[in-house]
Amino acid sequence: MIGIVNYGAGNIFSLTAALERQNIAYGMVNTEADLEKYSHIIIPGVGHAGAAMKKLEQTGLVNAIKALKKPVLGICVGMQLITQHSEEGNANLLNIIPLNTKLFDKELGIKIPHMGWNTVEFKNNLLFKDVPVDTQFYFVHSYFIEYNPTFDIAAVNYGNKFSAAIQKDNFYGVQFHPEKSGEAGERLLKNFSNLSS
Amino acid sequence: MLSKRIIPCLDVKDGRTVKGINFVDLRDAGDPVELAAQYAKQGADELVFLDITATHERRKTMIEMVKSVAKQLNIPFTIGGGITEIADAEALLNAGADKISINSAAVKNPQLIEDLAKTFGVQFVVLAVDTKHINGKNIVHLNGGRLITELETENWIKRAEDLGAGEILLTSMDHDGTKQGFDCDLLGKINKMINIPIIASGGAGKTEHFTEVFQKAGVDAALAASVFHYGEILIPDLKQELKRNNIPIRI
Repeated sequence: MIGIVNYGAGNIFSLTAALERQNIAYGMVNTEADLEKYSHIIIPGVGHAGAAMKKLEQTGLVNAIKALKKPVLGICVGMQLITQHSEEGNANLLNIIPLNTKLFDKELGIKIPHMGWNTVEFKNNLLFKDVPVDTQFYFVHSYFIEYNPTFDIAAVNYGNKFSAAIQKDNFYGVQFHPEKSGEAGERLLKNFSNLSS
Repeated sequence: MLSKRIIPCLDVKDGRTVKGINFVDLRDAGDPVELAAQYAKQGADELVFLDITATHERRKTMIEMVKSVAKQLNIPFTIGGGITEIADAEALLNAGADKISINSAAVKNPQLIEDLAKTFGVQFVVLAVDTKHINGKNIVHLNGGRLITELETENWIKRAEDLGAGEILLTSMDHDGTKQGFDCDLLGKINKMINIPIIASGGAGKTEHFTEVFQKAGVDAALAASVFHYGEILIPDLKQELKRNNIPIRI
């Protein structure tokens, strides 16, 4: 059963709806004790990374999340939270994966936010099991996670190459929105729920 | 590569989908939730719902519709119509909307754009602009095109981008309902001027018009209503056509 960290950063209606369509059971994580109830944890998030980090800190869950040994999936800003630092609000984040979250460079001649469906080059990783090659996922963000071959499990090109998905041990993050990425996104959520804890 | 988006627009009145020719003469085109699911299946990249008669009393009906759509739909969607304050936007966000579109309320109170962007992020705020060519100028119109303003379209869009709009939905009233093609000149001009995504709207009649607007104007997305609702253009056919023309598209 999936526990969704309920820290007030953005709307989770679409995420819970996607889980329901996949018949994946879920509940909310409000306290440290709640983290024990679930086999898998999702950290959702939209909006401002610095503001989201402050909200997460207010829940008092930071240390408990960092200590988790079960599969954890950060989505969008939730993914950025597991990195070290974001240029958005010059914020220090959870630092579970030592990567930086950076602002897209306007000088690259790209529209910001990066909005829409983009092809993802993913590695052989259980999170992308049975996802067809060259599948596109739905992105909407102005900040990105720097590419680093050690932690990258899926890369995407927009202005420059950056990470669409990262992993370190039991911690996973996806920049795109699986709950909005059609069947492929639903497959990915299913794959996450099937990861052995 | 980032794909160009194809966006069916569903005009909603009292929970039903309608489409006006030049914004009048509304015809019933079905149940929005059912239509939305159909479009997602066909390969639509995103949907826009415009509540064309949004009033305070009808807000609750709209929220219920948004929830039903969000439960079924696995692609993003935008809700527009009658959003005048943060609380309206928040209710829609919590009901599962990915973006909200504002039009008249932003013209009357430009600060709303900034407030929405600061509260929910720029990615949540779509500015819809209805524009009409008058005496050599492009002029912003309100209330579904019935009310002329003093704003020049180019200036207004530039200002909205500075205030925090995350995307522009530009409807050419001269082209809307004509099925003679998008206003590629104006769209191309605006596209070069701004650094946020732009959705072309108004004038789609056949698949070639979509190819043309992506190739000539370089827009990020193209929106249409009746040609999709009445099956005059099928999205899978349209996408094959775009692919043949080397336009990046999600199949």
